[in-house]
Amino acid sequence: MKFFACIAILAAMAGAALAAEIPQAERRSGYSFMGPDSKAMQDDDTANPGMLWVLDGEALWQRKAGTASKSCADCHNDARVSMKGIAAHYPAFDKTLGKPVDLEGRINLCRSNHQQAPPLAYESRELLALTAYVAEQSRGMPIAAGDDPGLAPFVAKGHELFTRRQGQLNLACANCHDDNWDKKLAGAPITQGQPTGYPLYRLEWQSLGSLQRRLRACITGIRAQAYDFGSPELVELELYLMSRARGMKLETPAVRP
Amino acid sequence: MPSALINVPAKAKRGDVIEIKTLMSHIMETGYRHTVSGEVVPRDIITSFACRFNGTEVFRADFYPAVAANPFLTFFTTVTESGRFEFEWIGDKGFSETASASITVE
Repeated sequence: MKFFACIAILAAMAGAALAAEIPQAERRSGYSFMGPDSKAMQDDDTANPGMLWVLDGEALWQRKAGTASKSCADCHNDARVSMKGIAAHYPAFDKTLGKPVDLEGRINLCRSNHQQAPPLAYESRELLALTAYVAEQSRGMPIAAGDDPGLAPFVAKGHELFTRRQGQLNLACANCHDDNWDKKLAGAPITQGQPTGYPLYRLEWQSLGSLQRRLRACITGIRAQAYDFGSPELVELELYLMSRARGMKLETPAVRP
Repeated sequence: MPSALINVPAKAKRGDVIEIKTLMSHIMETGYRHTVSGEVVPRDIITSFACRFNGTEVFRADFYPAVAANPFLTFFTTVTESGRFEFEWIGDKGFSETASASITVE
């Protein structure tokens, strides 16, 4: 009898140790973990360095590119109207490709399909600027990614990646960002990993960076082989994280330490 | 495509102390880093910043390699007449950018 009780307790503990998702009411943006100086930097548009990229993106939106000699504005007109709320729904399902596409991927698809221009490199100034400009139009709006029923299997794949232990440290994303987000790692807060402000300005990077860059840095941190930029795994992770942050407000361009 | 963000109050009372904030887009490469093949990445920083009000210099700063990318400067000055603030950043590799903002003194 004692033996079975032990097994029952062990099973219960194993259940608790398995990543319990963060309840809706307890979800917190990385913003709330920051100090007052970093918060002030994000809150003031003339102090937020991310706004430099938004300004560049505004200029790029109007610039003609590719053999079609079309600018983004030639099709989409005023981004402040046409792009409002768009970023909150990304990564979105692309019917012709049959898979999710993130905002950077969508911009590059637009370039190759409609502007007949070469795709912009991941983390290039131009791609970050355009992404930041488009995403900034959704600032303050609730995240609503993962609605499309076609996305369900990809959200599930992203969740599987999020909870899969990997690397020399044998850690899953969930081990920190679901199970231990109220604790600290080397003095720095472990956040919940809610992707509410991408692309965002990281003081450590001294630059704007995408969610994929952040994910690759985290994966390298657990000493696993990082997926390539634009790989399906990273897009699935982005998709899962965005659906996990459903209802939280977009802060692009956010500032993080 | 360097861009600047300037925050100068649009209006002020005569003699008011006003805060000016400037943010300049720049990589501020220190000149102390090396590439994987061992070559020095050449220094590329902003070396000086100046603010003039109606032609008279009111603030100046020198920058050094330890200054972070996209330098953000805030400073205070007083205004006694309406006019125009002119900002100038000068740096390595012929970097030279200007911006301006007007203020109305009541």
